[in-house]
Amino acid sequence: MSGTGVVKLKIDGVEVTANEGETILSAAKRAGIKIPALCYLDGLSSYGGCRLCIVEVKGSPRLFPACTTPVSNGMEVTTDSPKLRKYRKMTIELLLSEKPHICAICIANGNCELQDLAREFGVDHLRVEREWKSQKIDLSHSFLVLDNNRCILCTRCLRVCDEIEGVHALDIKMRGKDSQIIIDIDDDWGSSISCTSCRKCARVCPVGAIYVRDEPISRTKNKDIAQFILLRRRR
Amino acid sequence: MKPDDILRVAEREAEKQRAYKSRINVCCSSGCLPFGALQVLKAFESAIKEYGLEGECKVSRTGCIGTCSVGPVALIEPGGFLYQNITPENAKEIVKRHIISGEPVKELLYANEAFFKKQYRLVLRNAGRIDPLRIEEYIMVGGYSALIKCLTKMTPKEVIDEVIASGLRGRGGAGFPTGQKWNFVAREKATPKYVIANLDEGDPGVFANRTLAEADPHAIIEGMTIAAYAVGAEKGYIYVRAEYPLAVQTLREALKQAKSMNLVGENILETQFNFDIELRMGAGAFVAGEETGILASIEGRRATPRPRPPYPATSGLWGKPTLIQNVETLANVPLIILNGGNWFAKIGTPKCTGTKCFSLTGKVNNPGLIEVPMGITLREIVFEIGGGVPAGRKFKAVLVGGPSGGCLPESALDLPIDYESLTKAGAIMGSGGIVVIDDESCMVDTAWFFTDFCVDESCGKCVPCRVGLLKMRNILERIMRGEGRLEDLDLLQELGEYVRDVSLCGLGQTAPNPILTTLRYFRDEYIAHIVDKKCPAGKCFRLEAEI
Repeated sequence: MSGTGVVKLKIDGVEVTANEGETILSAAKRAGIKIPALCYLDGLSSYGGCRLCIVEVKGSPRLFPACTTPVSNGMEVTTDSPKLRKYRKMTIELLLSEKPHICAICIANGNCELQDLAREFGVDHLRVEREWKSQKIDLSHSFLVLDNNRCILCTRCLRVCDEIEGVHALDIKMRGKDSQIIIDIDDDWGSSISCTSCRKCARVCPVGAIYVRDEPISRTKNKDIAQFILLRRRR
Repeated sequence: MKPDDILRVAEREAEKQRAYKSRINVCCSSGCLPFGALQVLKAFESAIKEYGLEGECKVSRTGCIGTCSVGPVALIEPGGFLYQNITPENAKEIVKRHIISGEPVKELLYANEAFFKKQYRLVLRNAGRIDPLRIEEYIMVGGYSALIKCLTKMTPKEVIDEVIASGLRGRGGAGFPTGQKWNFVAREKATPKYVIANLDEGDPGVFANRTLAEADPHAIIEGMTIAAYAVGAEKGYIYVRAEYPLAVQTLREALKQAKSMNLVGENILETQFNFDIELRMGAGAFVAGEETGILASIEGRRATPRPRPPYPATSGLWGKPTLIQNVETLANVPLIILNGGNWFAKIGTPKCTGTKCFSLTGKVNNPGLIEVPMGITLREIVFEIGGGVPAGRKFKAVLVGGPSGGCLPESALDLPIDYESLTKAGAIMGSGGIVVIDDESCMVDTAWFFTDFCVDESCGKCVPCRVGLLKMRNILERIMRGEGRLEDLDLLQELGEYVRDVSLCGLGQTAPNPILTTLRYFRDEYIAHIVDKKCPAGKCFRLEAEI
């Protein structure tokens, strides 16, 4: 090991120095290498659910999620390859097919991480059957809306509520294909006794599943909020 | 209690048993109970009483002997006579003719010697032979002497070395070397450390762990306690499905007895070693049997797996070093300690030592629970132990490894059973489920059935498993409706490889196996559905009806 707590690795051929225990994703980011991710957000715990940040590590046939895999000395990481691109594109296709995503009627149209990725990966049609069944929309809160038709279950909202706001008003009910974001114990948002209406969930939502009514989405969204609050607290 | 006291318990019990000339072991496990095993047990007891044989013949309630399809069964010792399909009426007959006159009732005997011939019973050594609810009987047959040996004569390192020498690998499915795992946990500095025994056997048609817990709970407890001594843990959890009420009840009683004899708890056998075991029940999620799913469930959270690293060995329950082993793995441990790792390493194949329990079900003449040495071929299991498919039918495939196993054709039957060969053929060792499929079954329908199970059981955390599997199932349904397209086969293949490679945990990584293997070995059937709009087995009824 080179020095205490410091490791050297190669990401896409670039020599990178990182702290021991740091994830591949964070080391890559500092080196200016962008790895796509939907569930990961700076300032929140890693979830490992969207599988977009999978990377190849030399010497292993497996794929590793960059958001949870720690760096190690001498590691050689590949963040982009035909195989990875194919798999990432499939993930985006599947997410778009899971719910009735209709960009034209979505408040996040033009300001949506899923839409951006679809464009980046050239998803212009879906090979799998689309789901058209409408999901529940919770309009009971005075200004926050939860539209399950657009939810990709990345859980950024429930992690920001739990870890930054310290409330845990949001969670998931059911499992598998029936998983759904709920407020409190599956209550209407308007009657929630724990929600502080802080809007952080809407700020971090990568799509248009949680938003502030009658507010331009560009003003609501703020991907840096969790990291910002975390750094302020530490000071 | 001290080690010597335990030895005295064994002597006393042996003396007690010697007083009986014969013994009737009635299987009262989950397989035989629905057939009226308790009534049979009562019938035996009252017959013995009626003939005044209480002092000569002991009627005992035991666990499963393995021949689950011909229950209720009873084993009469000495001689090892196994009776099948016993009713309260012929129980009396058996007592009269076998116990009193000494002439076995031939027409009721289990005639199928082939079922036991190729088996090798290590894990199930006591199953059906001792009363699981009496710790004295387990001690009498040598139980807990391995624990005594560890605590009095061996250091934790020596215990681990013995397990490493044995070559034992995890029986939960992945086959990770057990001794190596123990080493990982042992060298961690953080305390407290935990040991978890995984008894969350959720696969349809798999019942090996349940049988073990019902028949020989102390083998699990002893193995667990030895593991705890080796890695330095002081608290253990047995994570058992709530759907296994008899296993829960048996384990609870066994724990109570082990605690009363100071074999579990504080200052075990008056040494400095403390280890407490608690029973935790799962609430019916298949994915809770996944290593990190168990951790979440025991901590009181949703049973969703998390990415590894960190591995449970470094950061498990409540962030502490944790050893997680399947109960079958743990039941092997006392034998390794008593007979030595080298003895164990000679059983099975060099890379895959020991035995494996399989739940043999489906279209086979002798279904049941079997234990075979590693390296045995599938052909021996299906056609010798299992007796082949019923007369008039033709063997088509065998699904190995539970719902996320692979469907292997006739040509793969000569594969030796070990982790590597099975994986290479597209199947897995998994939980040890073997389902024999004959020509009456449609392979598309079979693949659909198991995929549908995994769709239901997916936790929903990662995209490939939650959405990918669902889409794969939907494509199969389209094919079964007669609306399939040839491109669907390529899409299924691509989705299957994607779900396998990208999913977060073992459930998703193995769930595409039934589809991938049927595409590989039974592609013709898919093509028949798509091109000829015909189901060769006549199963996909909607298709047939339309023609």
